[in-house]
Amino acid sequence: MEEEALHFHFDVDGNNFASAGEASVQVKRLLRQMGFSPDTIRRISIAMYEGEINMVIHAHGGDADVYVYPDKIRVVLSDTGPGIKDVSLAMQEGYSTAPDNIRSLGFGAGMGLPNMKRYSDKLEVRSTVGVGTVIEMEFISA
Amino acid sequence: MTVEKLAQTLNWKVVSLSEPDREITGGYCGDLLSWVMGRAESGDMWFTIMSNMNVVAVAHLTDVACVVFTEGVMPDAPVIEAAKRNGINLIACEEPTYTASVKASELLK
Repeated sequence: MEEEALHFHFDVDGNNFASAGEASVQVKRLLRQMGFSPDTIRRISIAMYEGEINMVIHAHGGDADVYVYPDKIRVVLSDTGPGIKDVSLAMQEGYSTAPDNIRSLGFGAGMGLPNMKRYSDKLEVRSTVGVGTVIEMEFISA
Repeated sequence: MTVEKLAQTLNWKVVSLSEPDREITGGYCGDLLSWVMGRAESGDMWFTIMSNMNVVAVAHLTDVACVVFTEGVMPDAPVIEAAKRNGINLIACEEPTYTASVKASELLK
């Protein structure tokens, strides 16, 4: 049994690109109130924002769940989108399947998953084509 | 060098200044938002020609000291409103990104 965690749930709206990031910004505020270090908060909120953006671009939104433990934070992002065909390819910097209209907004540079890996201490991607994707990230609090 | 002092010294336009005394410790230039999130550091001035709503979220999450819109780019009113709500400093200049960042970096020396 894992020790008890504080749990926060967010619905990520898949239809509103401009509002993507609301969950990450809220999480940033919550973690700041709880006294986590600025570096830890920065890593978590950026990684989570990348995940949110991915769900909006590729999966019409999804769910974001944040579990806060005394010494670590776990972020679980799940969607029922098209899934990722080749996860190792998607993990490469610069690889992207985002459409042009997303690129014109400054996203779709193929840095989403690489940034999630860069900023998290543990990253697990479980994806089934046609079913969806679950991304689990763990952050050790500094 | 504070954000307010930077804007004053270079005669750049103040678009939104929620934290005028925020100290600038470095800089980053880029328009691809994930590159910015991967590379920009807390306290940087971020030079960009992107001016959509997501810029506010990226500035907020990366904790940059300010966003500097270059090349005469000016964000729309809803973006400015969101910046005010989230305490994000926005300034704007007419110079290209390279020229703007060279001028600003001289002031950090």
